Parts: sequence; C-alpha cells; structure tokens
Amino acid sequence: MYLIILYLPLISCLISGFFGRFLTTKGVGFFSTSCIFFSVLVSIFCFFEVALSRSFCYVKLLSWIDCAFFDGCWGFIFDSLSIGMCCVVTLISYLVHLYSTVYMSHDPHQSRFMCYLSLFTFFMLMLVTADNFLQLFFGWEGVGLCSFLLINFWFTRLQANKSAIKAMVVNRIGDIGLALAIFFLFNTFKSIDFAVLFCLIPHFCESEVYFLTIKGSVVFFSSILLFLAAMGKSAQLGLHTWLPDAMEGPTPVSALIHAATMVTAGVFLIIRCSPIFEYSPEVLFIIVIIGTLTCFFAGTVGLVQNDAKKIIAYSTCSQLGYMFFACGLSNYSVGFFHLFNHAFFKALLFLSAGSIIHALNNEQDLRKMGGLLKVLPLTYSVFVVGSFALMGMPFLAGFYSKDIILETAFVKYSLTGSFAFWVGCIAASFTSFYSIRLLFLVFLTKPNGFKQSYQHAHEPVFGMLFPLILLAILSIFIGFITKDLFIGFGTPFWLNAIYNLPKNIVTLDLEFIPTVYKLLPLLFSLFGAFSSFFLYQRLSTFFSNFVYSIIFVKIYTFLNKKWFFDKLQNEILTSMLLKCGFKITYKQIDKGLIEFLGPLGLSMFFISLAKRIIKLQSGFIHQYAIIFFSGIIFLLIKITITFSFLLFPDLNLFVFLILGLIFF
Amino acid sequence: MFIFDQTKHLFMATILFFIGLSGIYLNRKNIIILLMSIEIIFLAININFIFFSIFIDCIFGQVFALLILTVAAAESAIGLAILVIYYRIRGTIRIDFINLIKS
Repeated sequence: MYLIILYLPLISCLISGFFGRFLTTKGVGFFSTSCIFFSVLVSIFCFFEVALSRSFCYVKLLSWIDCAFFDGCWGFIFDSLSIGMCCVVTLISYLVHLYSTVYMSHDPHQSRFMCYLSLFTFFMLMLVTADNFLQLFFGWEGVGLCSFLLINFWFTRLQANKSAIKAMVVNRIGDIGLALAIFFLFNTFKSIDFAVLFCLIPHFCESEVYFLTIKGSVVFFSSILLFLAAMGKSAQLGLHTWLPDAMEGPTPVSALIHAATMVTAGVFLIIRCSPIFEYSPEVLFIIVIIGTLTCFFAGTVGLVQNDAKKIIAYSTCSQLGYMFFACGLSNYSVGFFHLFNHAFFKALLFLSAGSIIHALNNEQDLRKMGGLLKVLPLTYSVFVVGSFALMGMPFLAGFYSKDIILETAFVKYSLTGSFAFWVGCIAASFTSFYSIRLLFLVFLTKPNGFKQSYQHAHEPVFGMLFPLILLAILSIFIGFITKDLFIGFGTPFWLNAIYNLPKNIVTLDLEFIPTVYKLLPLLFSLFGAFSSFFLYQRLSTFFSNFVYSIIFVKIYTFLNKKWFFDKLQNEILTSMLLKCGFKITYKQIDKGLIEFLGPLGLSMFFISLAKRIIKLQSGFIHQYAIIFFSGIIFLLIKITITFSFLLFPDLNLFVFLILGLIFF
Repeated sequence: MFIFDQTKHLFMATILFFIGLSGIYLNRKNIIILLMSIEIIFLAININFIFFSIFIDCIFGQVFALLILTVAAAESAIGLAILVIYYRIRGTIRIDFINLIKS
C-alpha cells in the first residue's frame, strides 16, 4: 500500500521509456499522468493515515548489501516528515506531468521527457522515504542524474549541455560531502540506519576522531559534511551557480526540479538529520550564516536580472536561504513548513512563466514583454497570486511560513538570530521588489516585444490551465490550512520525526514578541513592493536619467553579473584546476615522469647505450686490435682480482662495475 | 745443471712481448709492421716456452715452441697472401684506409 507511492512513478518511467514509441505521444502523456495521479491519491491517503492518525509506518523490504557490520537494506520510513514530502513531490509532479503533456506536445521526444520526469519523481520519493543513509544516497544521486538528463533534454543545444554538466558537477561536490559523512557515521557507529544513528548520537558527542589530521568530534564532522551536501543540492552560497544556469531545461522541468523538489532535498536532509545537527551548535551557526547570506545574495541578484526564469530561479535560491537559516536556528518544522508552501507557489510561478513563454513564442527576455494583461488575463491573475504568496502578503501561503521564519529568527535573541532577522527582512523587501518588477514588466508596461509574438499570444488550453488554477488555489489556502498542523503551538504532528534540543525550542517565545517586530517583515515587504511599483510606474523619467550615472552602472553590472561569482569560479578555481590537470597531472606526471621512468625512458636509454656500443666498431683494424688486447688485459686483471677477493663476493661485483665504467 | 737468471729471461720475454704489443697498438699506417709485431709476439712467447721448458725440465715446452714456429710461419704466409690480394684490389695497404666494415 505505502510502496505504491513509489512503484507507480517507476512503472510510469519504465513503460514510457521502453514502450513509449508504441503508445503514441498522447498515450504516454495519459499513462504517466494517471500513474502519478494515483500516486498522489495514495500519498494523500497515507498522509491521513500516517500523519493525521499518527501511525508511523516502517517497511523493511529486502537486504541490499549485507557484509559483516554493514547492513544496507531497502527500507522505508513513512513518518510525518517523509509523508509530507511525498505529498508535495507527487502532487507537484502530477501537475507538472499534466502541464507537460500540453507544453511539450509539439516536442518529438515527449515520451522520453515523461520517462525522465517520472524517474525523477521516483528518485525523489526514494530519497525522502529512505530509512538509511545508503538508500538516501541512492535517491540523492538519482535525483542529480535526473536533473542532468532533464536540463539536457534538448541535447542539441550547446548551452543546455554545458548547464547540465555544470549542475551535475557542482552537485557532485556536495555529494562527496554526503558520502564522507556516511563513511564517518558508519566508522563510528557501525550502522547507517537512521533509527540506530539518531539514538546513539547523544552518547557520542564527546567522542573524537581525526579528519585530515584535524581532531574534532564525530558529530561536528559528520554534520558539517552533511551540510556541505545540502549546500550543493540546495544551491547555497558558494555552490549556488548551477541553479540559475539550470534554467536551460524546459520550463516544466524548472518547476519540478528547481522549485519544488530537487533543491528541497538539501533542506530535507537537514530536517531528517536534525538529531545530528542539534548536537553540533557550531554547524548550526554556520548554517544560519550561509543561509542568511544566500537569501541576501540571491535577493540582490534577482533585482536586476532580465530573464524571467532566472528571476524566479534566484527567488528560489533566496527562499532556500530562508529555509536553511530557519533550520539553522533549530526550527526545523518552520523550515519544513516554508518548504511545503514554497513548493506550491514556486511551482505556480514557474508554470505560469512557462505559460507566458509559451504564449510569446519562447521569448524569455523581460525587456521584450509587457502589456500581457489584456492578452493573458488568467495567467496574470495566477501570477499575481504566486508573486504575492512569494512576497509574503497577508493570508497567502508565503505569509504564514516566511513571517514565522523571521519571527523565530528574532526570538532567538542571539547574534546570529538578529543577524538573520535583519538581513532576512532586507531580503524580503528585495523579494517583493523583484516580484513586482517581474509582474510589472511582463504584464503592465507598454508592449515591448515583436508584433508577431503578440499576434499569436493566447491563453493556454485546459491541460496547462488546470495546474495553474489548482496551484493558485493551493497557494492561497495551503498556508492557512496547514499552519496549525505543522507549526501550531504544541502540535503533535511531528512526534519523533524531528528532534529539538529543549534549550533550542522557541515556540513559546514566538507567541510573545512585540507587535512591531511581528509586523516588521510585512512592512519591509510592502516597502519593497511599493518602491518597485512607483519606480517603474511614476518615476520612469527620473529612473531613466539616474540609470546612466557611473555608480549606478557599476552596481548594476555587479548585480547583473551575479556578484561575479561565476567569473571568479571560472577564472580562478575552474581554470586553475583545468590548467593543473593539463599542465601538471597530464603533461608533467602522466606524459612526463611516468613515461620517462617507464617505457619511453627505458627504451631511450637502451637505444643510446646501443649506439655508443655500436660506435666502438669503427672499422679501423688498429682500434679493433686495441679493444681486443685491452679486453684480454682487463680479463686477466679481473681474474687476478677475483681470485684475490674470492672471499668478498661484493667486491667482485664492484670490480665488474669499475671495469664496465672504464670500458665504456 | 745450469744456473739460470730467471729474472733476466723473463724480463726479456716480457719486454719483447710488450714491444710487439705496442707495435700493434701504436702502428696506424703500415700493415706489414703489424704483421711484424705479431711475429715479435710469437717470438716472445716462444722464448718463454723454451725458458720454462728448461727451467722446469720438461720437454713439452720445446715441442710447443716448435709447433708455434710452424704455425707462425704458416700464419705469416697466409697473412702476406691476403695482403697481396688486398693490395691488388685496393692499391694500398695503409691501415687507416681499411675501414669498410664499420657499423
């Protein structure tokens, strides 16, 4: 019953992958969509059973690797955390499947696309329901693989190929962290089962190990490595560069992978491993700092991007920063709540962006849009819902989760807490600014695009509209509905799925903070929204004069080029590694040292030796005579010495060497 | 019983041997001198044989010396014959021109 959630996407993937050509395009679309739909139904039923009725379910399937202490099983946890993730993943995935049947209907490889989407869903479900680290790693890598396949879906495009490779490689950096963390945990605890590990963690806080000759507690190392993994997958500052580039894939892919599911895997990992993170306050501190910086960075970069999808990608990055610092401040349930809401409104934003792009002949540039309000009123309305939810406008999904994140940051009463609070507030105003900017430039300004693209612009058909409308409704109501469930005061929802140290719990303080600070995030958001609106509406003349000042251009370039992170990475790190790989590893070591000491060097040595010996044979008789007699004389000397040194065989050898040297 | 001065005899034989050897070593020009040096070496060896034959009172040394005499005569005859043939073909017997078989 529970495993049907996982089996259906797998079946959908296999059928549409292997038998796609027999089913026709429509058949594949219908089959895979209905498979995922039943998966949604089952997971909602399981949500009722597991989360609401509070009967957690553990399924041990069969043994995978069984060797001495190591026991890797195919096992599944269905607790409130994983079933919540299952609901989000399957639901978003179902809507994306449905959306893609229309959006990709003109694509010749639709069955392949459906196959990849389903495979992605399967791996994501595998990740969230895993009951041990090995299976989690399986899902983790599978998700990375599917992101590669999906970004690279239009494989004839060079840029898509490069982006896919970048996504894969940058993710791989984090994956090394996860693998190392698993090794660490196994080395200490001789188990990779979550149940065993999380029970034992408190007893091993003081046990110390060596990592790269640095001594530290095992909890610290494993948690920082887990955080590295989460950073890679969730595009936190430093490893974030793959996320905006991954917009090269088709838009439904962006909605599925880069808004709702894959990037949330990092947050999920931290929430799942909350018992480990709780016992390493240093790592929690790092998480808060990195998360806060990410949300600020992505907010500033989002302000000036000109690609509609890139803006949404950066807002994803920014919201992930919020989730991370919520988790870093030990409010894992709040982090999950934001993840949950964010999935809906971000999928909505991406899918409606897809609708716009679809209407405008694949035009993604903001500067070539505008005036779409008359043409696409329905898309406009759902886009407004999505944007307002993202901005955290009152009574929409984003409001409930985002404000509470900032409030929990405030009530922490620590340096990191207030840092996160203020920077988060500023980032919230940025979020509003670019959301309104996007809305304004796409829908409200005068049309700036080509006439041709406007002539054919139209609202999409039902298959694309239905997901938009459903997501819009969910974006409005889901926050209100699930608030008390996920983060309500004293909610029994989580039970043991999330662990909080008693000293880190702030749910009580949360209820008693000054009203000013409760309103502050909202005020910041409104300020951002209004300033953006006025800047683009009323003050356009002032703005256009201001644009040409040198300092503005400098700032604009800095932000538009993403703080030059890509440039730094490419020119310092990547090119250095590439050069190192070519010049040192390849040229100096592989082709140099090893060849010199190996086959090439040896053959050269013997060839030159042979040449020197051949030169002895000069053809002159007198020289032959000299060599002949000297040979005899040396032989005589040798025999004489050998007899005298009969007792010392080593000297014998030595004499041979001397003679050889003289001779040559 | 003769009284031998061993050193003198041995010394002479050795000197003769080394003269012959140095004749081979140092001679770059004339192949006839080379043959002559070889004859001198034979002579030195013969003297040695005869000396030791008398010194240890054993006839075999002298038998050998006679054998070597015949061998040396035959050898020089063949050598000179080769020389004559070579001269007929090349028109010269300078050693430093005989280097056709170098590597």
